[in-house]
Amino acid sequence: MIEANALTKDYGDKRAVDGLSFTVKPGIVTGFLGPNGSGKSTTMRLILGLDAVTSGDVTVNGKHYRDHKAPLHEVGALLEARSVHTGRSAYYHLLSLAQTHGIVRKRVDELIDLVGLHDVARKRAGKFSLGMGQRLGIATALLGDPHTLLLDEPVNGLDPEGIHWIRNLLRALAAEGRAVFVSSHLMSEMAVTADHLIVIGRGKLIADMSVDEFVRRASGAIVRVRSPQATKLRELVLGPEITVTSNETGVLEIAGTTPEKVGDLAASNGITLHELTLVQASLEEAFMEMTRDDVEFKATAA
Amino acid sequence: MSAVTAPAPVIPPLTVKGRVTQLHVIVSEWTKLHSLRSTRWSLAVAVVLTIGLPAIFAAITSSHWGSMAPHERADRHPLDIALAGVNLSQLAIGVLGVLVITGEYATGMIRASFTAVPKRLPVLWAKITVFAVVSFVLMLPSVLIAFWASQAILSKHDILQTSLSAHGVLRAVVGGAVYLTLFGVFCMAMGAIVRNTAGGIASFVALFFVIPPLLNVFPTSWQNAINPWIPNSAFRSIFQLTHGSHSLSPAGGLAVSLGYVAFTVAVAAVLLVRRDT
Repeated sequence: MIEANALTKDYGDKRAVDGLSFTVKPGIVTGFLGPNGSGKSTTMRLILGLDAVTSGDVTVNGKHYRDHKAPLHEVGALLEARSVHTGRSAYYHLLSLAQTHGIVRKRVDELIDLVGLHDVARKRAGKFSLGMGQRLGIATALLGDPHTLLLDEPVNGLDPEGIHWIRNLLRALAAEGRAVFVSSHLMSEMAVTADHLIVIGRGKLIADMSVDEFVRRASGAIVRVRSPQATKLRELVLGPEITVTSNETGVLEIAGTTPEKVGDLAASNGITLHELTLVQASLEEAFMEMTRDDVEFKATAA
Repeated sequence: MSAVTAPAPVIPPLTVKGRVTQLHVIVSEWTKLHSLRSTRWSLAVAVVLTIGLPAIFAAITSSHWGSMAPHERADRHPLDIALAGVNLSQLAIGVLGVLVITGEYATGMIRASFTAVPKRLPVLWAKITVFAVVSFVLMLPSVLIAFWASQAILSKHDILQTSLSAHGVLRAVVGGAVYLTLFGVFCMAMGAIVRNTAGGIASFVALFFVIPPLLNVFPTSWQNAINPWIPNSAFRSIFQLTHGSHSLSPAGGLAVSLGYVAFTVAVAAVLLVRRDT
């Protein structure tokens, strides 16, 4: 369980995180979504006490992270920027962290096997590929069997098999009742992994809702109709909250209604329909739509 | 592919849970220190230089003794030869001291360390403890072996003989190991303050080796007043056999050096807790 309340962080005169309030609940995967540079990694560092908050507050399992006597048993973290000494082997990296809590060596071996690093555990971590580095990061996060997991862009650099493995892992961890907080800048990744979404742009909260609701709200599903009597239908369907656009003769794209209503309306007025489709925006489109004004660096037309 | 259809992995539960203690963090820092190749090399170089240089100097002095003028002979002191290696091995120890901290900042390991030990200070205390103990445990035998080896080489020509029981000799030899240890801790604290390997090395080199000769621009009376107290002189007073009117006594040098170390460590500790990582 992570609770952030009006969390704010300034670096110099630049505000990286701006009044964020959210809760990460146990038992589900919460996706933390935002364009690059929107403040996701900063928020993660604030949660872990690596950076000090400017104002506001964030607690993990009811306490500030720094006040936990055994933080690795509370929170397991995978930070986006590599946090491994490149000259040390994976085995000794994990062992040195385990020893801070008096965790036994057997646990280190268990996790090395779990993440599939058995054959390279004695090699220097600096020689690892991005994917192997991510696996080592996952092993680090799971070392203390924590209630809460904090993973910054865990699928970065993984091959398809690795991505599949992470997804299953995250779902399994949530199913065991843990709180799983995963950041990504890829909406498509969150769509298949997360139950709940927290979306930020330029450090501000944009959305805090279930994945289903996010899509519904953001996309404002459009009903596409093809009819020889399109002009008549257009007049009938128009009303408050309903907008109709037409880019093609005989085709209407109606926002703010449902296919059922349009179909019933057409039937009761004797209008022939050749097509009646609900056009659902993809999650990626929904995400881009929602964060359009909040992307820090935009490509501008030359 | 079988991996795709494999069931979701299950995390083995951890039956025995511990907590962060200073002792646990010290064990962790010992693991970190000995598991890096750079550490093993730096320490090996320090041992080899501490022992090897006096042996070479003793051999050279022996072979040239016959052709040396009386005043040259009078300038030679057995302890200067026995502790000659300290002057060079201090570079290896200083660089290692800096690296113990800045290596973590350079690689990002510091974030993992501070995530495991979010109060941070136990990490600093543990690093200092482990590094100081390891340095002293390696350097004490090294200076003793350097003393005996150089004496054995000089004894073939029956020149410059002394013993650990002679006045101040044991203190000076042990002082060599104490000097290297304190110097290493000082450099580690400098590394923690600047958080950058090149910067850390540059600061201790400037403070100990570049700035002292620059003081020569001052009038002699100023130099005599300032010189004993600057870090370089104060630290060296710990292992020097002769102490003139313009240098601190061994005990005074030790006290002033400890003061410098304590101050630098205190600054490092305050910054470590306050700064973002």
